[in-house]
Amino acid sequence: MTIYWDLLSTFFKMGLFTFGGGYAMLPLLQREVVEKKKWATEAELMDYYAIGQSTPGIIAVNTASFVGYFQGGLLGAIAATIGLVLPSIMIILVVASVLHQLTDFAWLDHAFAGIRVAVSALVSFSVYKLGKAGIADTFGLVWALLTFAAIAFLKLSPIWIVAVSFVLGNVLRRREGDRAS
Amino acid sequence: MEKRSTYSRLFTVFFRIGLFTFGGGFAMLPLIEKEIVDVHGWARRDEILDIFALAQSVPGAIGVNTAVFIGLRLRGLLGAMAALLGVVTPSIAIILVIARLFSQFQSNLHLLRAFSGVKAAVVGLIAAAAWRAGKNGVVDRFGLLVVGVAFLLSAFAIIPIIWVIVLGGLGGILHYRRKEGVQ
Repeated sequence: MTIYWDLLSTFFKMGLFTFGGGYAMLPLLQREVVEKKKWATEAELMDYYAIGQSTPGIIAVNTASFVGYFQGGLLGAIAATIGLVLPSIMIILVVASVLHQLTDFAWLDHAFAGIRVAVSALVSFSVYKLGKAGIADTFGLVWALLTFAAIAFLKLSPIWIVAVSFVLGNVLRRREGDRAS
Repeated sequence: MEKRSTYSRLFTVFFRIGLFTFGGGFAMLPLIEKEIVDVHGWARRDEILDIFALAQSVPGAIGVNTAVFIGLRLRGLLGAMAALLGVVTPSIAIILVIARLFSQFQSNLHLLRAFSGVKAAVVGLIAAAAWRAGKNGVVDRFGLLVVGVAFLLSAFAIIPIIWVIVLGGLGGILHYRRKEGVQ
């Protein structure tokens, strides 16, 4: 099995079972990319997400391109991205073609309600694992909790929080470095 | 003002959206709405909002799904391909550049410091997304049960993650069917 096919089929699975956007992909990324394939470590996954948040574009696509590039260069990045988007194309073609016939989507709504709840539990466990790998000190822990509160309760925009994090990380770390030296 | 939605225009519009939105697919939605409805007049606002709802309820990345749905609605399968190619091309190009310079980034002290802040924020961001999805879903004892079971199944890696998701879906169908039967 070539690496390209391996990337394509692995990310196909992720595209097929990601419900709710880039963050919902995290549990599958940890299981498939970190634990099974060993294409990245937990800490590298954290880097990819951090870069994905601070660069333009769709986070799932950014992450797929990253993993794909490090495994198989440009073609690897393209193979992973194609794998990721193929299920979307196939499913949407089907949905669009049956949309005018199906008036009663109630059972589907119920399925999604169950899925969303299951995914939120999966992600909360994943985020604990991610935090263990990516947060090194008290500053990190406090900032993660503040970010959580700002978005969950105050409904601030993630974009501004990422921008502030950039500056704050730089300033605080420099002061720490100055103190140490 | 109203120009036809050709393949190349679809590509260009979605390329611009892919290039200029930070924060992932979800953050693209307001920009997509503005471009498609207000700037180009290719669809009505209620049509676009319906598409946003659909794009978030089928599996896959939200930005990808939205581009495919809109391209398909406007110009068929090739239109879907044009929109999708447009929205992902900037991502891939930017990530390729960053990936190539990755080792240099890792020795740049300024970037490392800055990213230590971003990483902490990302943990909070993802936790908040999970919390919000859970809060909307856990409205009764059934929701709590699903959260508990899914958490245990994933924490102890008892069954593949995909099966946890499938079980959540099946549980949802069975539970709500029973509830409707009672009423």
